[in-house]
Amino acid sequence: MRSTTYVKAINAALAEAMRADPDVVVIGEDVAEGGPYTATAGLAEEFGVERVLNTPISESAVCGVAVGAAQSGLRPVVEIMFIDFITLALDQLVNQAAKAHFMSGGQLRVPLVLRTQGGAGQRGAAQHSQSLESWLTHIPGLKVVMPSRAVDAGGLLASAIADPNPVVFIENKALYFTREDVPDDREPIPIGRAHTLRAGDDVTIVALSRMAGEALAASERLAQEGIEAEVIDPRTLVPLDLEAIVESVRRTNRLVVAHEAVEHGGFGAEVAAAVQAAAFDDLDAQIERVGAPFTPIPLSPPLEDAWLPGSADVCAAARATLGR
Amino acid sequence: MAETGTALGGDEALRLLRTMWRIRLFEERVGRLKRADEVHGLIHLSVGQEAVAAGVCGRLRADDPVYSGHRAHGHAIAKGAPLERVLAELMGRSDGLCRGLGGSMHLVDVEHGLMGATGVVGGNVPLALGSALAARAAGSDRVAVVFFGDGAVQAGHWGESVNLAALWELPLVLVCENNGFAEFTPRSAHTKVERVSDVVAPYGLTRETVDGNDVVAVRESFGGFLAAAREGRGPMLLECLTHRLRGHYEGDPALYREALSKAEWQEKDPILRLQRHGAEAGWFGEADVAAAERDAAEAVEEAVRFARESPFPPEQLLAELTYAS
Repeated sequence: MRSTTYVKAINAALAEAMRADPDVVVIGEDVAEGGPYTATAGLAEEFGVERVLNTPISESAVCGVAVGAAQSGLRPVVEIMFIDFITLALDQLVNQAAKAHFMSGGQLRVPLVLRTQGGAGQRGAAQHSQSLESWLTHIPGLKVVMPSRAVDAGGLLASAIADPNPVVFIENKALYFTREDVPDDREPIPIGRAHTLRAGDDVTIVALSRMAGEALAASERLAQEGIEAEVIDPRTLVPLDLEAIVESVRRTNRLVVAHEAVEHGGFGAEVAAAVQAAAFDDLDAQIERVGAPFTPIPLSPPLEDAWLPGSADVCAAARATLGR
Repeated sequence: MAETGTALGGDEALRLLRTMWRIRLFEERVGRLKRADEVHGLIHLSVGQEAVAAGVCGRLRADDPVYSGHRAHGHAIAKGAPLERVLAELMGRSDGLCRGLGGSMHLVDVEHGLMGATGVVGGNVPLALGSALAARAAGSDRVAVVFFGDGAVQAGHWGESVNLAALWELPLVLVCENNGFAEFTPRSAHTKVERVSDVVAPYGLTRETVDGNDVVAVRESFGGFLAAAREGRGPMLLECLTHRLRGHYEGDPALYREALSKAEWQEKDPILRLQRHGAEAGWFGEADVAAAERDAAEAVEEAVRFARESPFPPEQLLAELTYAS
């Protein structure tokens, strides 16, 4: 085992993919300088600015360039610095990247990774803190990956780069610098497989990205109350490992779905609907969702802290499924 | 094929004429098929704009990537896509270029270098940049070409793309078909800048505005740009002033403009112009001209027969082609 961080795992996975395949290129604003969180630090020095391409602040064109390059033999990893700015690139992502393989009758492929990051808690206010993953899960043709740990971030990024489809890889800025022990050998982690972070028999908690850590913290608290929670990180939202979630719910008979995104219209609704359709008879309680309130994200620190879903919300939801 | 400003020879002139007739008669036939509900979806015809497609694509190699917009049939045909597979695609049939899943606005024929048309105005201009980037990264002298109308120029992604293409000096030729109308409204209602070639001036792009109904002029100017782009001196912009004879889409009553008189159109018609020019220059004779039209008509009817016989695609294609494996 060795100690690393989430952002270092991403950086290492990028470097490794670029060493292994000369067609892998990194494109984005300030990527040659390493970006604001050092995710691409050192890449330009090792691979040159021909493969680590700084761009103007032109999210739409930059994303489109990556789509065209991907259709023409390269494997671009394009960075949108904050997921809040993905709005500017959505036409390229949704209308071009996601549909090219289908609309061309299978002639075109778009082996593209779009890396971006979201998440609140750092006083970024309403335009630098959002969690917008549910929009992207609504688009057939896109894969959506959202790791919660360094080991998954590195392993899933390797798989995303190798994938023949456009993959949106959503990181969380609050996770970047937390230390974590990871195995010495970096292994790709297949897209579409959930990971059980903690075993338990009383309630299943499906938690995305930063909320996975919050769910683990909640499970420690719940254990003190005699509630053993099973915590599952789906790691990828599209395709979703529904089987792993349903298998757990059949044992625990209770489900909480937790994400930082606004609860209304969030991915938790999809998980809840899918689970009740697959395992209605196994459920002993209404499915509980944890998500942010339906408001923009405030700057003011006490207000943002109140807005941000955390382990206490997960505890309350888990208790509710048990009637406590 | 010479790329610089060589004089047009008889064989090449006849090839251009034959391409334009194929586009013209294909488009007119598609218009009739649309009224009979045999082709589906929004259909945008390029009748009147054939010289741009023929003059540009006639210069390209199969491996030069071409992108187009919603008015793409002519570009596909000029780039070498088989008529019958283009038509089968418009009819939503299995033997269509895209197995019937794309349709008129989303034609793709990778074998012939047609990398994609799009229904989003100007939406794949940045894709052409990406293709040019990939060509350069591969050490190839391929040149990417993207066709768009004057309506695309006011879109944000278009401006971003011009800046980026210039900044990265990409092997790319931007070809604007300026037919004066962005959908239903004239260019003057969209912008103060009359000439698209003036829009790119501050970026230092090599640029030119030509008579887009003169296939000889289009071929000549584009050829010069292509040769320079092959040598790494891209990007360039060629603005072709042309005329959309029909409405924005089939079924558009086009009440927003006055139709040209027959005499006016005969003066402008790119096919008639090449026929007049070719006869004067001795490039081809009357028999060649008649054969060009007749062969095109036969090829179009053969395409109709082929497409009508092609089955509709099976439903399992939807799940099969949503993701690549």
